[in-house]
Amino acid sequence: MIPLSWYLVLAALLFCIGLYGVLARKNAVAILMGVELMLNAVNINLVAFWRYFTPDLIAAHAFVVIVFAIAAAEVAVGLALVISIYRRRKTVAADEINLMKW
Amino acid sequence: MFGTITPDMILAILPEISLLVVLAIVFIVDLVLPETRRGILAVLTGVGLIATFVLTLLFANPGNSAELVWGGMLRHDMLAYVAKLLFIFAAFITVLLSVKLEDVWLKGEYYLLVLTSTIGMTLMAASADLVMLFLAIETTSIPLYILAGFMTGDNKSTEAGFKYLLFGAMTTAVMLYGFSLLFGFAGTSNLYAMADAISAGAVPGPVLVGTLVLVLLGLGFKVAIVPMHFWAPDVYEGAPTPITAFLSTASKAAGFMVLVRVMLASFPNILADWQLMLGILAVASMFIGNVVALTQKNLKRLLAYSGIAHAGYALLGVVAASELGVASVMYYLLVYVVTNMASFGVVIIVSRIVGSDEIEDFAGLSRRSPMLALVLLLAFLSLAGIPPLGGFIAKVLVFAAAVEAGFVWLAVVGVLASIIGLYYYLIVLKEVYLGQPKSEEPVPVVRAHGVAIVASVLLVLILGVIIAPGYNWAIAAAASLF
Repeated sequence: MIPLSWYLVLAALLFCIGLYGVLARKNAVAILMGVELMLNAVNINLVAFWRYFTPDLIAAHAFVVIVFAIAAAEVAVGLALVISIYRRRKTVAADEINLMKW
Repeated sequence: MFGTITPDMILAILPEISLLVVLAIVFIVDLVLPETRRGILAVLTGVGLIATFVLTLLFANPGNSAELVWGGMLRHDMLAYVAKLLFIFAAFITVLLSVKLEDVWLKGEYYLLVLTSTIGMTLMAASADLVMLFLAIETTSIPLYILAGFMTGDNKSTEAGFKYLLFGAMTTAVMLYGFSLLFGFAGTSNLYAMADAISAGAVPGPVLVGTLVLVLLGLGFKVAIVPMHFWAPDVYEGAPTPITAFLSTASKAAGFMVLVRVMLASFPNILADWQLMLGILAVASMFIGNVVALTQKNLKRLLAYSGIAHAGYALLGVVAASELGVASVMYYLLVYVVTNMASFGVVIIVSRIVGSDEIEDFAGLSRRSPMLALVLLLAFLSLAGIPPLGGFIAKVLVFAAAVEAGFVWLAVVGVLASIIGLYYYLIVLKEVYLGQPKSEEPVPVVRAHGVAIVASVLLVLILGVIIAPGYNWAIAAAASLF
């Protein structure tokens, strides 16, 4: 059987890729995709822990479903905000949206 | 897992139920109300919030008991009780301050989002489980993202919503990753059961410290402390001002409630580690907040940096990790919420007429409207920590807690930082009292705004002079955690 650590490493890598995407990408939609990768890393963690440590409990599943639902809500709001800013500025590049600083 | 539902369980979520009922009523009325009579929505929300406040005050008091309810999802204790009253009060003042504000106050969804966010905050204060905590934090944050970007016709507001969302989504994901590791290794999602698992050595040391950092990053974003403070000035400046007030008071206080509970309930085993980490963050927040505030030209940005500094002071109470420490955080937040509501109230009243939040536009306010200037004076002196105002007592308490816990150096740093802080508050007051007004006409005050600032500023005075009631609440709230 595949050891637990493989899953955790996979999740950690996915999390890092997502975080890199969030920090390095300029396009707002790509940043939101990075966040999605990070949340998926969380889900892999949760499911892997469930399988190896607490296969009789349903708590991890409930957690994963809630993470799904929240992620969907967050992206829905996120895209709405991206659209509202695109309508005014004709851009979704995070570094051009800098009316306010310092 | 749940068994039967007892009256106790219902009382534990009475504020949430009441808020939900208000929300439903506002929602339905919004659907049937003709375009011309939309002002009723604000009245309805305000009355609903008062009713919720009274109901909570009378029936949801847990007394000395503290029990886990709803299958361990929530903890019905004094800390949650006091915090819930504070959030409902803040939401009420926010609604009052929104009255007659163009682009916001005639829209039903505005009130719905404020109420939803308040429900999230009340749940945050009571959460005793990682799943519930995550859900509560997101219920608070997602409506706030929308509210920050609510004025879709305004470049700054849309930008504020956009930035808040991107930072918020990222930090939540980071915190959640920490939650997933904690949950997995400890084998439980309950914050209180987690402490046992951790002391039994279920979580390997490096993982534990790593998750602690991840969780602190997420919560640090909510309370806007260095290094997770970058969003605050931009979002505060761009968001509709009542929402800025709500964000900087209730949302910050909710973050602190979670911080206090999670740290004391789940991480007592690595007390020294997180005390040191939070101590350093507190010092950085106090200094960066106060020093950068010196250079600000915009009053909302200035208050954002001042808020970062104040989060640093309040953090001293968390670092102390004692009963006095938690009580001092609670008292600090009570004072901070009412003081900031008064300050933002004046900003809203003046900028509605002047059309800007720049400090220079507040010049000579004392000659135009002496009462408004007086409110601002009292609020700012309280923020600066001058007796006999609430801010002074609050600062004394947090510094006392730090000294009692053996962090004398932190208290000394805190006192030095507040001296820097005093300077920029006085600069604004100098402008208000000695500057040349651009016009001599008094600033008209909407009655709802007047009620909001008078109520807030009276509380600032009361919390500074009659200390016992507020302090007893704070002590009772703190005792429920130990």
